[in-house]
Amino acid sequence: MNDMTNKWIGQRTIRPDGADKVTGRAQYSADVNMPGMMWGKVLRSPHAHARIRGIDTSKAEALPGVKAIVTAKDIVEFPVDKSVMLGIQDMRWMCRNVMAREKALFHGHPVAAVAAISEEVAAAACALIEVDYEVLPHVIEIEDAIKPDAPILHEWNKHEGKSSNITGTMVLKTGDVEAGFKDADVIVERSFTTRPVHQGYIEPHSCTVSYAADGRVTIWSSSQGQFMVRAMTSLLTGIPQSNIRAIPAEIGGGFGGKTIIYLEPVAVMLSKKSGRPVKMVMTRDEVQRATGPAPGSMSTVKIGAKKDGTIVAAQATFYVQAGGLPGAPLRGPVGCSLSAYAIPNVLSVGYEVVSNRSKVAAYRAPGGPHGAFAAESVLDEIAEKLGLDPLDLRIRNSAKPGDKALYGPTFGQVTFKETIEAIKAHPHYKAPLDRNPRPGVKRGRGVASGFWYNAGGESSVQVNITEDGNVVVTTGHPDIGGSRASISNVVAELLGVEHSRVNVIIGDTMTIGFSNLTGGSRVTFASAMVATASTEKVIGQLKERAAKIWNIDAEAVKWEDGMALPAGDNAGKFPPLSLKELAAKANEMGGPIGTQVQLNTTGADPGFATHVVDVEVDVDLGIIRVLRYTAAQDVGRALHPGYVEGQIQGGVVQGIGWALSEEYLYDKNGKVDNATFLDYRMPVCSDVPMIDAVMLEIPNPKHPQGVRGVGEAPIVPPLAAIANAVYDALGKRFSALPMSPPRVTERLEQP
Amino acid sequence: MTDIRYLAPRTLDEAVGAFAAAAGGARILAGGTDLLVQMRAGVAKPGTIIDIKKIPEMTAIEDLGGGAFRIGAAVSGAVLAEHAGFRKAWPGVLEAVNLIGSKQVQGRASPGGNLCNASPAGDSVPAMVAAGAVVTIQGPNGRRELPVEKVPAGPGRTNLTPGEIVVSFTLPARPKGSGDAYLRMIPRTEMDIAVVGMGVNLVLEGGVVKAARVGLGAVAPTVLLVEDAARALIGSRLDDAALEAAAAACRAACKPINDKRGTIAYRIKVAGVLLKRTAAIAARRAGGN
Repeated sequence: MNDMTNKWIGQRTIRPDGADKVTGRAQYSADVNMPGMMWGKVLRSPHAHARIRGIDTSKAEALPGVKAIVTAKDIVEFPVDKSVMLGIQDMRWMCRNVMAREKALFHGHPVAAVAAISEEVAAAACALIEVDYEVLPHVIEIEDAIKPDAPILHEWNKHEGKSSNITGTMVLKTGDVEAGFKDADVIVERSFTTRPVHQGYIEPHSCTVSYAADGRVTIWSSSQGQFMVRAMTSLLTGIPQSNIRAIPAEIGGGFGGKTIIYLEPVAVMLSKKSGRPVKMVMTRDEVQRATGPAPGSMSTVKIGAKKDGTIVAAQATFYVQAGGLPGAPLRGPVGCSLSAYAIPNVLSVGYEVVSNRSKVAAYRAPGGPHGAFAAESVLDEIAEKLGLDPLDLRIRNSAKPGDKALYGPTFGQVTFKETIEAIKAHPHYKAPLDRNPRPGVKRGRGVASGFWYNAGGESSVQVNITEDGNVVVTTGHPDIGGSRASISNVVAELLGVEHSRVNVIIGDTMTIGFSNLTGGSRVTFASAMVATASTEKVIGQLKERAAKIWNIDAEAVKWEDGMALPAGDNAGKFPPLSLKELAAKANEMGGPIGTQVQLNTTGADPGFATHVVDVEVDVDLGIIRVLRYTAAQDVGRALHPGYVEGQIQGGVVQGIGWALSEEYLYDKNGKVDNATFLDYRMPVCSDVPMIDAVMLEIPNPKHPQGVRGVGEAPIVPPLAAIANAVYDALGKRFSALPMSPPRVTERLEQP
Repeated sequence: MTDIRYLAPRTLDEAVGAFAAAAGGARILAGGTDLLVQMRAGVAKPGTIIDIKKIPEMTAIEDLGGGAFRIGAAVSGAVLAEHAGFRKAWPGVLEAVNLIGSKQVQGRASPGGNLCNASPAGDSVPAMVAAGAVVTIQGPNGRRELPVEKVPAGPGRTNLTPGEIVVSFTLPARPKGSGDAYLRMIPRTEMDIAVVGMGVNLVLEGGVVKAARVGLGAVAPTVLLVEDAARALIGSRLDDAALEAAAAACRAACKPINDKRGTIAYRIKVAGVLLKRTAAIAARRAGGN
């Protein structure tokens, strides 16, 4: 049922959300309005670090038009000594992140919230709230936070017996690194830093909440998981999940940053207290100051190899920022940076570091790019020292099926080598490079690879046949990367009907079974698998109906091209029954046709990617531009190639921004100084070339269509690939990102 | 919550009268690409907005002959770009005006607004300074004229007196062999603010620089007219020594700050680099290429 002759799978069908988005009809969460609705606004800490001694809301409450005020005492408290996990989030930290409790931990940390008759009144009321702060010394950067005399954010946290900002460690180990390095002919050890970067979704966080008099709550919000919204809101407000209907709005970008909530529990409590619906919409400034960026990192990677390029040992240490509260993605760098390689002796250690910045959130392969930047830069240097082609070095050391991965499991299929060979054979890698096209301009080429775990997990898909013989599919995952288009291709293919007859929608928490977050490169993998199971059940029902009409056994009926047919001559001679005909007879022949399947899916093998990039450096101005970029990735099966390319291109562009221009700037008081898209420099279209996405379709044997997650692996290699290309151009290695013009200029003046 | 009065007078006298009467509580609206952003950010809270786009003089482009032009202060960059004669005479000014914001912004943003916003990084200002533009100002006490570089007083401040409105820019006639250019350094390729902006205007005769003006932006509290750089170029054939002397003069003129958009060291270095590059383009244009 899955090959290159498919009619719909693998086609660039019209995207189901396209017309709504280009005509402005798409309902984002800020588009939801209700009669009698109030506006909610958050009062945020003006200090990077301060003890909250008291909050006086009396003046704000007295302001005409103010309907409710919420502070930490309205949010369920989870004591710091007992972990309560929901997915990757610990509710101890979530309850303190949505509303500061003992301390304000970063500039922008919510301290109180107001619901009022207008945004202006709510803002005026926020200004009337008096917070008694004891301002404390603050610390922003990792290197400062781990100093012995650093201001401590959480006094209760101990590391090696002392109060510390190191709030977590992770160690992965195999073999004996000491012994391994003794066997090495060449050893390279380097240290690197990366800066926190924001996911940069265009749509700010927002929600509209209605708490009805009977205690039932409806939430319209933009998130990567309506079930996550329901569960976290339930935990933070004490309202049972069965009373919360979380309706996913169309989402304007998430990239991991909407796998967490900020506003919903606050809006619920404002709505509960005011008895009115409440709408909250963050400004860009709030998004940049108070929502999760990816962490910054400080890392050291040491790799030893034999003369022939065989890697014998690797040691890595990663310090990863968490922001003001714990929750750094240590498993990204610790587990991913070396996992694509078969290395006998590895020690990979990660430390989580808190400091006075907003709590980090997931961002596309969380922690993966940080680790790969370090490891893939060191590999480039090893290849250079050994006189090997950097791609050959990677091929030689690629993990193989049956190898035990550093992070635990045994690899099934490993398609790393195929991605490297695809780049090696690509015209880009072979194209001549004019290294000095004009005076003051230098060009270089670099490569790097990347690894990401991928995931399966819970998914629910309902397939219903309408009375007129068309198809409605409901899934439980917000669509951030083309899942609706992919699912409609799969269902149309399996049912053998025109694609235009299949409509895919996203259900809310009361209309579809539990479905896990859209994240971890899991949704197309999981929901295509469950949609397949659900559709196959429906096909079974259709065959039963035909059998009943023909009065033969259901086994004697086959389904082909959207029609039931007798399976063979023995079954008897009957004219085919189409989906429309069977639908028309549905009720007299046994009732409505449709089913829901809910599964915890498995079999999501890891993703591999290899990239090559050409850069050009304007030496006098220190400006680096990406001239050409080719990204090869094993995508399993591209259910909708346009979206798969989009995932690869989007990941690469975000990686380019990370490498060259994006960073948070703080002033001396610990306040974010560039909380706008003007000064937080994500690339614009004219900054990047068209990214050439090479999709290798090596079917994942554990998936009905061969799907492999694709969303995250593409952001893993770019940081190192670009740094390696810049080295090729300038002969200088960059160990600190971003390679912004002032930094490049400064580096060029160093030896 | 606060009411804002919106006025759209048809004559300059009415506009000046209303502006002066508001005694500091009013703001002039041309394209609004700075004013509306400031209002949304809560930085500007005007009680009265005076829209000057309905005043014919403020949106006129007048060809004075010989390459001289008078441009209404509220003419948008996009409209200016459609004027073939202006495009030919002042390509540097035009490219500077049309580096302000995005295409959409360029349909609204005007050189008058860019000047009065008084950002040291305003793109059109160094080019206007290099062009030798003279600004016509009208206020309660009548009309006066100021060289464009005399208008900004510091970041966000001008030398206009209460009630005064910038009416137009007058650019001088172009002798044969004239050429101007504007370059800026931004980390991105567009949609950004100048870290350094450089306008150069040259008159060449037989390959020798007869006249030169250099406007330098984003490296001091106001856009600078760098007369030492111009002196280094005048009389030269734009040889390396002259260019380096002019670049050195630009570096010496810089009084930048370290901020989120650039460091002191970087801005100083870039000022010299851009002088050379901008002068090369202006010279090419002056040579008729």
